[in-house]
Amino acid sequence: MSWNDRLSNAVQSIAPSGIRKFFDIAAQMEDVISLGVGEPDFVTPWTIRESCVYGLERGYTSYTANRGTLELRTEIANHYKKIFNVEYNPDTEILVTVGVSEALDLAMRALINPGDEVLIPEPCYVSYAACTILAGGIPVAVPAKIENEFRITPEELEPYLTDKTKVLLIGYPNNPTGAIMTRQDLLKIADFAEAKDLIVISDEIYGDLTYDGVHECFSALPKMRDRTLLLNGFSKAYAMTGWRVGYALGNPDFIGAMTKIHQYTMLCAPITAQMGAVEALRNGEKYMHKMVAEYDRRRNLIYDGFKNIGLESFEPKGAFYIFPNITSTGLTAEEFAEKLIMAEHVALVPGTAFGKSGAGHVRCSYATAIEKISEALNRIEHFVKKSKGGKL
Amino acid sequence: MRELLEILERNSRISTGELASMLKKSEYEIENEISRLEREKIILSYGALINWEKFGDDKITAVIEVNLTPQREVGFDSIAERIYRYDEVRTVYLMSGNFDLLVIIEGSSLKEISNFVATRLSTIEGVTQTRSHFMLKPFKKDGVILDNEEQDRRLVVTP
Repeated sequence: MSWNDRLSNAVQSIAPSGIRKFFDIAAQMEDVISLGVGEPDFVTPWTIRESCVYGLERGYTSYTANRGTLELRTEIANHYKKIFNVEYNPDTEILVTVGVSEALDLAMRALINPGDEVLIPEPCYVSYAACTILAGGIPVAVPAKIENEFRITPEELEPYLTDKTKVLLIGYPNNPTGAIMTRQDLLKIADFAEAKDLIVISDEIYGDLTYDGVHECFSALPKMRDRTLLLNGFSKAYAMTGWRVGYALGNPDFIGAMTKIHQYTMLCAPITAQMGAVEALRNGEKYMHKMVAEYDRRRNLIYDGFKNIGLESFEPKGAFYIFPNITSTGLTAEEFAEKLIMAEHVALVPGTAFGKSGAGHVRCSYATAIEKISEALNRIEHFVKKSKGGKL
Repeated sequence: MRELLEILERNSRISTGELASMLKKSEYEIENEISRLEREKIILSYGALINWEKFGDDKITAVIEVNLTPQREVGFDSIAERIYRYDEVRTVYLMSGNFDLLVIIEGSSLKEISNFVATRLSTIEGVTQTRSHFMLKPFKKDGVILDNEEQDRRLVVTP
């Protein structure tokens, strides 16, 4: 029996992850330093872990409401009111999901009819295009430019508009580039969305990891609340990736449609994770700020490091990635990543794993200890010197 | 400069160059700042936190509660000084509550410590009572968990 004839066309049309290969090589090596990890190196703050353990001891092991516990939805609503002054009704406008990934999948399935197009600025997180395709939509990549520090403008989006364009999917602070959008940048996008009547999905999972400034919440912009689906979660800011808890905020009809799919597929996010998330919002802020301050120092260190090595990079303003340009080595991003891990045992991810416009760049995560970053920079410098001297 | 101190408190071996990058200052500024902090005795010493037990040393640590009769004009200060001048004494705190000084002493045997308490500490004028507690096992010291089994469990490459 040939399974290729039987598997869905949508699944078959999705290219395998560009990351897998580096994972396989790195997993074999003992002394590898990985700058390829897209999650915090901190473990979840103890107060959050402890609240989950306490919950288990008291027997909190059941399903929760489909939308998530009212306690958590209320905390999320309070948080957005307090930080961004944007209000969401915990009963109708908030859905707790199994990470932002589930929320994105639900959003696409709730919105997309066959052939609908989704504008996706690239480079971007690997799931955006895949979720669009699986929902029957067509992802339309809009390359963001290094000259503009990987921010996106209406002028760049405009040529990709068709009468099938339904959604604009943005993710800032950005994985893999570390780019952020200023309020001015976002206001232009908001006007564009309004003029073209687009639904905006804004993935703000890295919002708390914004340096040299404050994060701007897209739905808090004038007139954007109703047309925006805001996605966020606890994975990055509170170092809770493995807990799998995120949420979507938006219009009650949209959230209702997503909840319909969620109740038949996922049912609810794990109760223990939801209890941890409540504790994160109630008492986790100071630990989060400590982690963010540490990421910021590492960001400065790695930015200087690449400058000294002679690999040009713009200064990342958010998330925990830097996206240096490696074209001066004469190598492609894949060659650079593959030769680097073989020669120097440093793992990173070629920019092309995040879209074609990531060519000539590599993504380095600085969610790793200072000593490891310093050692990795030494090894990369050694590698770049050799490759520029033609010794590779 | 609080941030500089916080970094050094955790890792004093970090290089000036790294500090300069991390804090967006020049190396010259960092060196000046550190000299000033040393001069003003804000930075007192650079040490390493060592798990002596793991190294194989059988050190004995005693935590001693000391009651004092305060003295006119100097209060507890001069008695405290007479105690903290001893090399064996690692730490001395003035406390509120049921006793006055908390004294931490290190020695190589029970005998050595009891000897010190009996012949030196309790004979100091103004010391009215001592209660010694021997430390059995350290779990966390100055913010560092000694046998931390938490490790990096992340996959080596993830999106």
